[in-house]
Amino acid sequence: MADDPFIIAGVALESRLILGTGGAPSMQVVDEVLVASGTELCTVAMRRADAATSGSLIDVIDRRGIRVLPNTAGCRTAVEAVRTAQLAREALETDWVKLEVVADERTLLPDPVELLDAAGQLVRAGFQVLPYTNDDPVLARRLQQLGCVAVMPLGSPIGTGLGIRNPHNIELIVSEATVPVILDAGIGTASDAALAMELGCDGVLLASAVTRAQQPARMATAMALAVQAGRHARLAGRIPRRHHAHASSPTEGMPVF
Amino acid sequence: MSTTDVAIVGAGVIGTAVAWRAAQRGLTVTLFDPDPTRGAWRTAAGMLAPITELHYAESALLRLNLASLARYPSFVEELGLPTGYRANGTLEVAWDAADLAALRDLHAFGTSLGLSSRLVDGAELRAIEPGLAPGLPGGLVADSDHQVDPRLLHAALTTAARAAGVRFVAEEVRDLGALAAGQVVLAAGAWSGVLGGLPVRPVKGQTLRLRALSPLASGRVVRASVKGSTVYIVPRENGDVVVGASSEEAGFDVTPRAGAVYELLRDAQTVLPELGEAELVEVSTGLRPGTADNAPLLGRGEDGVILATGHYRNGVLLTPVTADAIATLLATGETDPVIAPFTPSRTAVPA
Repeated sequence: MADDPFIIAGVALESRLILGTGGAPSMQVVDEVLVASGTELCTVAMRRADAATSGSLIDVIDRRGIRVLPNTAGCRTAVEAVRTAQLAREALETDWVKLEVVADERTLLPDPVELLDAAGQLVRAGFQVLPYTNDDPVLARRLQQLGCVAVMPLGSPIGTGLGIRNPHNIELIVSEATVPVILDAGIGTASDAALAMELGCDGVLLASAVTRAQQPARMATAMALAVQAGRHARLAGRIPRRHHAHASSPTEGMPVF
Repeated sequence: MSTTDVAIVGAGVIGTAVAWRAAQRGLTVTLFDPDPTRGAWRTAAGMLAPITELHYAESALLRLNLASLARYPSFVEELGLPTGYRANGTLEVAWDAADLAALRDLHAFGTSLGLSSRLVDGAELRAIEPGLAPGLPGGLVADSDHQVDPRLLHAALTTAARAAGVRFVAEEVRDLGALAAGQVVLAAGAWSGVLGGLPVRPVKGQTLRLRALSPLASGRVVRASVKGSTVYIVPRENGDVVVGASSEEAGFDVTPRAGAVYELLRDAQTVLPELGEAELVEVSTGLRPGTADNAPLLGRGEDGVILATGHYRNGVLLTPVTADAIATLLATGETDPVIAPFTPSRTAVPA
């Protein structure tokens, strides 16, 4: 949508779908879903990245001309996340980072205290920080106050495919956001992605829903369409919900018996 | 300058098996490798499991896997040495309802491809293998998925190749073009990309070797999906148990990573609680030769070098069919139709 730019940290993107590649069964599948999704931004766990080897993940993403968004997946403390981000900046020559600091391996929920700490340190060190956060409007506000360039609330825990469990909170975050809101984690199928956009999110980040689907490239297509559909629906303005029927055909002038 | 009909680079299970088969066909063969233990075979568990390792979008590879599995009984019989080949079948176990749902989908996909396996409930699983954790919701029985011990297999292949007249040279080859040979075979596993300018990358894998007091009673391989992560437990005849495997994109790094060991033991103990009491004998790290589509490169490459590489996680399984087909190519110039889909020139992500 040319008249509806999606701008993160001053960079305009055409696609509002951001992809992660975790769980992809092969590099060929990674390549296929990158193309099918139309994404322009792809997040990569720095712990798993290997920028030096030909045929590696970074290499496959680079060849498609797609911007790499390094992330700090697997980090549990602020100090670990900051160090991982610094390594990513050196290895990939980008100051963008998807900041992920999770509390435990069972829920993979963001640890809000460590997250705020790490976000503050990274912003001060000149990073463009995109934090993966809880669906907590107050925490989202605090992250923006620190200078994060986007906020990325979860729909539900990573990899669960449970969709958006608290749509009201997502709406609250959107309603006062001064930076892009990107729904990150929990997307299970296309309708979840469409809902995120209808709620007013500026973009959607997903991985497992595509990479672990039986036909990943087809699901990537579905997600691209869903994000576009949801964005159109949001901008078009939905009709109010009513309790009683309201005929779509006019009734004026019809005979009354 | 010494000459030989065939120079093979890499004395892992693939290179050594190709050497053996080529020598059997009357070719003079020289096998180059300063240290065959670098190969992925040493870390591999040796599962021969095309059914329980089925992946969506790998149906061409499945056919090659099945063809190789079918050759295993005669292959190991012809070797006539211990290989640890065990035809006890495999159990695939789900930990929770979501794991079982994924397993059911994969079973339906496998059935649509004509594969034979059956879904069972938790009670039946534990009747077959009483050591499994209580409460498992169900799983899959694949009676035709087996195992071999890659370390025994490699030793047997080495002995057989020597007996067939293969010359072993413990030298590093750095330039394929400099080899004085009629034909050159590249079987250098994860190093094939660097040596041959090929789209092959190293994919690090870790496995553990445990010694259990009371190993799996059924002698079956147990594969499990535990909250979405896969682990396998492979019981040898002698009571040793192999647990695997991590999968990491880490270049040529082969240092063991503590977190990978933890995750393997966590998931293995979850499905087989008694493993916590086993002796931890070894942590092993190897480099799988990965290709973009996870399938091997088999046949003549652009520069005339014959490729037998890129077997990724199926090198041990694919050893018999690779050795047979590459030996045929060396001896007759004919391409066995079974390897035709895996020609190195097939379109894939360029690397």
